[in-house]
Amino acid sequence: MSTFSKEHIDYLKKEQKYKIIIHITQTFILIFLFLIWQILANTNVINVFLYSSPKLIIETIIDLIKQQILFSHIIVTLYEVLLSFLISIIISLIIATILWWNKFLSKVFSPFLTILNSLPKVALGPLIIIWAGANINSIIIMSLLISTFITIINLHEAFISTNKNYIILLKSMGASKIDIYKKVIIQSNKANIINSLKINLSMNFIGVIMGELLVSKKGLGYLIMYASSIFNIKLVITSIIILGFLSFILYSIISYLEKKLL
Amino acid sequence: MEKILLEIKNLSKNYHNKQNEIKAIANLNLNIYQDEILAIVGPSGCGKSTFLSILSGIEKESSGKIIKHLNLKTGYMLQTDSLFPWLTIKNNALLPLTIKKELTNDNINKVINLFNKYGLQEFTELYPKNLSGGMRQRVALIRTLADNPNLLLLDEPYSALDYQTRLALSNDLYNIIKQERKTAILITHDIAEAISLADRVVVLSTRPCHIKKIYNINLANKTDPINNRKDPKFNYYYDLIWRDLDVHI
Repeated sequence: MSTFSKEHIDYLKKEQKYKIIIHITQTFILIFLFLIWQILANTNVINVFLYSSPKLIIETIIDLIKQQILFSHIIVTLYEVLLSFLISIIISLIIATILWWNKFLSKVFSPFLTILNSLPKVALGPLIIIWAGANINSIIIMSLLISTFITIINLHEAFISTNKNYIILLKSMGASKIDIYKKVIIQSNKANIINSLKINLSMNFIGVIMGELLVSKKGLGYLIMYASSIFNIKLVITSIIILGFLSFILYSIISYLEKKLL
Repeated sequence: MEKILLEIKNLSKNYHNKQNEIKAIANLNLNIYQDEILAIVGPSGCGKSTFLSILSGIEKESSGKIIKHLNLKTGYMLQTDSLFPWLTIKNNALLPLTIKKELTNDNINKVINLFNKYGLQEFTELYPKNLSGGMRQRVALIRTLADNPNLLLLDEPYSALDYQTRLALSNDLYNIIKQERKTAILITHDIAEAISLADRVVVLSTRPCHIKKIYNINLANKTDPINNRKDPKFNYYYDLIWRDLDVHI
């Protein structure tokens, strides 16, 4: 590998530079936006009470850390997201596998899945609270309802559109259905499965925050709800920014896993 | 003649869909002899591939009999190489053994020997994406040979490749089949390929397909496929088969 020509080394350097420039531009845009925001606040163009400012947000974060409540809220939300993520992925994989395995079941349940998927889950909120209680169970159920159906549909779609030649080939070798599942379906759909993980995770975030807005005593969704009820806009915006940061980190972890696995 | 390896009697295959019933194969009778290369040509969509699918056990016949002799074991090769991109070349070639749970050291060594014999030993730990189309088909052929079948079912194995590569590979294929002492049924749409490779050429009719004619290819000086194309009798057969196929556009 050390015998690259000068042209090739230049090409690699150029690629590397290009990547760095993209990152710098992204950072610059963020800084620029926050700066504009701060300037608008300082010059009283916007009302700080309604629109807050980067400075106030940093103060709020420091305040939350001093009161030792920031991390406990983050951890509660994170726990709910990861728990529902895990349950949802396991359920989705199992059900998608069953539907791939049995065409009859897939035909029978496909309209039900479509209906359940397109139903606005937030409409079920009151029912979930009545049935599951005003506690973490409701939040997890809300998150599962939002993420699971779409993941089942995506995975099943991927499973049945696996390259037919791979399956014919294995059949000609006398492979059983379980062989085909293990050796072709799972292997050739690794990228699709990881993509589903990504979508699933975003859905879990939506679900958990929705659940926390409806019913909770802790978590970032609760913080948003609580802060808005006492008209503490800077706390609302702070929570939203932390939330954005959190989902970015989790998403990066999955992307990292993607690179490792594929 | 040699021993009969496979007897096909009154084979029929129908497909059903809502609109109609499609008769793909009707009353096909054919014997396959040990150590021969049998080429099958026929109009496109006439049921050639269906025929091979039935022989390989992927599909079931509607009626008729397939009688196997001499411990018949088939190996099936598709139009595309269908190598799994997530497996190394070696593990791709070992796939039939893996599926049949016959991954003994002895069997693995046999596959490695095939790699060595056919000049692929440097590539065994690479992935399919690192190989050219022609090389990939060679690996696919080794995969077909891995669990030591005696009858190779080749479904237009090189039709996805460019002409030059195809010529080189059909020479390759011929030598490998003869060296490994295999029997082969080759489906092709290329009349020249059929005559230059095969001992017998079967011409199939349009759907529902049955046998229109069988030619014993008796070239003046039979060697390998590329030289066979220069044979004085090559054009004679080409002409006959072309007429049989009766192509209308």
